[in-house]
Amino acid sequence: MIRFDNVSKVYPKQTRPALRDVSLEVEKGEFVFLVGSSGSGKSTFLRLILREERCSHGQVHVLGKDLARVSNWKVPQIRRQLGTVFQDFRLLPNKTVAENVAFAQEVIGKSRGETRKSVPQVLDLVGLGGKEDRMPGELSGGEQQRVAIARAFVNRPKLLICDEPTGNLDPQTSVGIMKLLDRINRTGTTVVMATHDQNIVDQMRKRVIELEKGRLVRDQVRGVYGYQH
Amino acid sequence: MRAQFVLSEIGVGLRRNLTMTFAVIVSVALSLALFGASLVMSDQVSQMKGYWYDKVNVSIFLCNKSDADSDPNCAKGAVTSEQKDQIKADLSKMSVVDKVTYESQDEAYKHYKEQFGDSPLVSSLTPDQMQESYRIKLKDPQKYQVIATAFDGRAGVQSVQDQKGILDNLFELLNLMNRAALGVMTLMLVVALLLIVNTVRVSAFSRRRETGIMRLVGASGFYIQAPFIMEAAVAGLIGGGVACVFLVFGRYFTVDHGMALSGKLTLINFVGWDSVLTKLPLILAASVLMPSLAAFFALRKYLKV
Repeated sequence: MIRFDNVSKVYPKQTRPALRDVSLEVEKGEFVFLVGSSGSGKSTFLRLILREERCSHGQVHVLGKDLARVSNWKVPQIRRQLGTVFQDFRLLPNKTVAENVAFAQEVIGKSRGETRKSVPQVLDLVGLGGKEDRMPGELSGGEQQRVAIARAFVNRPKLLICDEPTGNLDPQTSVGIMKLLDRINRTGTTVVMATHDQNIVDQMRKRVIELEKGRLVRDQVRGVYGYQH
Repeated sequence: MRAQFVLSEIGVGLRRNLTMTFAVIVSVALSLALFGASLVMSDQVSQMKGYWYDKVNVSIFLCNKSDADSDPNCAKGAVTSEQKDQIKADLSKMSVVDKVTYESQDEAYKHYKEQFGDSPLVSSLTPDQMQESYRIKLKDPQKYQVIATAFDGRAGVQSVQDQKGILDNLFELLNLMNRAALGVMTLMLVVALLLIVNTVRVSAFSRRRETGIMRLVGASGFYIQAPFIMEAAVAGLIGGGVACVFLVFGRYFTVDHGMALSGKLTLINFVGWDSVLTKLPLILAASVLMPSLAAFFALRKYLKV
């Protein structure tokens, strides 16, 4: 699903690499936590998977494709098979819940009939059935994140990338979101989630990858957030 | 692709930037109207130059029957064939002459008709009222005077004309106007294109949330860019339409009605409507293409895809 071979990333005008010689593999259907302090390279790691950046050295394979060999105009084809969820939700404030989710299908040219069928389905899945016509501003943070997850999942991606999805949410709401992500993972979707949330990582007992100053320092099956806690 | 989705995006974009859109429309309209006007004007100039203008330097007009009565130069009657032969022989001996062409009355009539078209001047004219002439190309166009002194006042010669001297001032003026129009057009065009670049930048910035999401869910670059490019194209097309209206009304009010120059300047055969109308598709095409290209290049800079 994802394979990093000796990947390094140096941003222009910076001497210290954001990632140094990272090699790892994520199998289909896995749930992986990506932990590490700010500036440890978590975001760079995710951006490389999304092909927002290209690595400076090594190879990044996603869904069996070497991203360095994917030409720019084919990148959208790959992104259609990835879902993304962010800390700040990134919803369109002037569209309803259903429209926000439908937007992800409209802009890749899915037919109206397909959208009419799959949007209510995915909203039911994330527990927002009946709130289709609300505006994002009327929803709680947890509900907004559910809308974002619905949008990320509506095109049935093979891989879900989450960048601190619970970062703006209280612990109880976070648990609800994690249950949802776990449910999505059980449908066979691979989930990679960057997080600072110690409780969640410790409770879920999933694979944990820790980065520190751009280096891969820990890759643990059924791991916890950190040793010292 | 869903047409309705794209169309609504365009509408939203144009309304959001109403002032900027208006500025784009006006500057595109002005620059293209000037562009069209200068094209029509150069048509006009080439029509006025007539058949001989670019081919000869000096014309020797020979007396015809009607000149014999009215023109003191032709008091001795119409030109005879001996006189013609003599003139021709003399011309061929002169070293400044490059080439001599004889124009018969019928040919003169034909060229006249071509130049003045359906003007009322033509209908009252018959071939035998035309003058025979020698059209002379000089090795050095400045040597007109040599021909004039040699043939002016000779029997059978009605007049010797420096072909360019007569019209050059007028054409110089027209060409100057033409160049001025093109200069202003270029300026307006630059203004229009810069405005479009700026409009696209503002537009891309105000929609960065949408485009960011589009990128993430894998919308193609074309799909993301299309609304911006179409926005520029629509604004440009409206500007082009306005330019066409300007041009048609401009011709209508200066030539046909209003100033009604065609009635006042009967000696000038104004270019027909076809000359104006054939420029309109060109203007419309330019009004769509140039803003689209400007938007496309602006997007490469301001919209990451």
